[in-house]
Amino acid sequence: MALYSEKVMDHFLHPRNVGVIEDANAIGEVGNAKCGDIMKMYLKIEDDIVKDVKFETFGCGSAIASSSMATEMIKGKPLSEVANLTNKAVTEALDGLPAHKIHCSVLAEEAIHSALEDYRRRQEEA
Amino acid sequence: MKIYADHAATTAMSGAAIEAMTRCMREEYGNPSSLYRIGQRAKEVLEAARAEVAAVLNARPEEIYFTSGGSEADNQAIRSAALAGKKKGKNHIISTAFEHHAVLHTLEQLKAEGFEVTLLDVHENGVVRPEEVEAAIRPETCLVTVMYANNEIGTVQPIREIGAVCRARGVLFHTDAVQAAGPLEIDVQAENIDYLSASGHKFHGPKGVGFLYARRGVPLLPLINGGAQEKGKRAGTENLPGIVGLSAALKETAAERDAENARLSVLRDRLIAGLSEIPHSALNGDAEKRLPGNVNFCFEGIEGESLLLLLDEKGISASSGSACTSGSLDPSHVLLAIGRVHDVAHGSLRLTLGRENTAEDVEYIIGAVKEVVSYLRGFSPVWRDLESGKTPHLL
Repeated sequence: MALYSEKVMDHFLHPRNVGVIEDANAIGEVGNAKCGDIMKMYLKIEDDIVKDVKFETFGCGSAIASSSMATEMIKGKPLSEVANLTNKAVTEALDGLPAHKIHCSVLAEEAIHSALEDYRRRQEEA
Repeated sequence: MKIYADHAATTAMSGAAIEAMTRCMREEYGNPSSLYRIGQRAKEVLEAARAEVAAVLNARPEEIYFTSGGSEADNQAIRSAALAGKKKGKNHIISTAFEHHAVLHTLEQLKAEGFEVTLLDVHENGVVRPEEVEAAIRPETCLVTVMYANNEIGTVQPIREIGAVCRARGVLFHTDAVQAAGPLEIDVQAENIDYLSASGHKFHGPKGVGFLYARRGVPLLPLINGGAQEKGKRAGTENLPGIVGLSAALKETAAERDAENARLSVLRDRLIAGLSEIPHSALNGDAEKRLPGNVNFCFEGIEGESLLLLLDEKGISASSGSACTSGSLDPSHVLLAIGRVHDVAHGSLRLTLGRENTAEDVEYIIGAVKEVVSYLRGFSPVWRDLESGKTPHLL
């Protein structure tokens, strides 16, 4: 059996929504280089909808695939829905991850939640 | 393009080994312990293989004990020397921080049993200093165990000098030569080695078979109890086809050694030069005191597993010391031992060249690694911070 599902390999080899949004109004960064995983999510939120999302990831194949899948799952979605995204949903959408790689999907969930917190903070400041 | 560049992990079996094994399986099914002719013929085949292995190392045939591989040989040598030491009130063992886990985990177990273990520094170049071995020896030291060549960064240790120190101080000396036996010329007598572990599949022999050299007169206890095979030091009917394959492969590797090492060193140095062109990269381990086929690099801003998977997509089989490939959160203990910080150690790549590799392979690998590293850096937040000056470059 291969290390990763076909879905994971597809998102790893052809990651969706890679890059930076220069005028993002919500940015979330989680993980640390010491542990070998950092995820950064850039969101452009308008009318409580994620109009655009991009990511940058330093990490293993499943970290890149989890980031890619998570961005696809929230793009165009209302914030109420985005806030409920779980790592379990990301893992399922990827047709599963090896047990020791589940933390990659957790990072994806955390990166999105961290971006939403950043958005709220900016709203309050404005 | 299919390029196997992970010869430190395992090697393809040589034709000579496959033929020797096939012949053995077809014709020599007898049990070497049986008294009738087919048994005794199998015994002769076994002893001929033992003599061949001994000849390559300048050992005596009776000093070679066949095992299931390098890990078993490491366990047996270390445990034997330690327990013999304990009987004399000696409970101190000297080793290094970058040994194979077969050695380190055995030492951990001995620590739990009351032994004291000193792990020597391997310095930035990944080479142990014999004078530091000497300085670490105490009256209660019963064993020094230092690997012949490191499995990740390929650095070759001053075994002859360490052997001389140990012999002069009356301390037993074991070396895990799993990476060195075959590629390097080893003379156990001239180098004052008391125990040496080796594994068949690292030099184009079969998997599941290795051997322990234990000098005549040194303590040796069986790990596996049972029959009187291997002079009572390793019970169980001998893996005759495996042993025959191992000896054929070792003999062949030894015969080709000089020419092959000269060829591989050129390829290795070209690969090192090519990968050094990648900005913010660094070779791990001494550039000269290293195995002829070993190249190990760290690249800043990327993670090793994704690098490996993308190289695999390009037909290249390689290895990494990143945490993700080790199954733990920590990167390779070897890279940490030579002073690489976690962030950098995660971005490591090991390429180990061997018999089938060509100059054309090396050029292809250089191009592919450059491309993949630059692609991964393109969307790495770590690389972005390094390039923007937010965090300082370490390499």
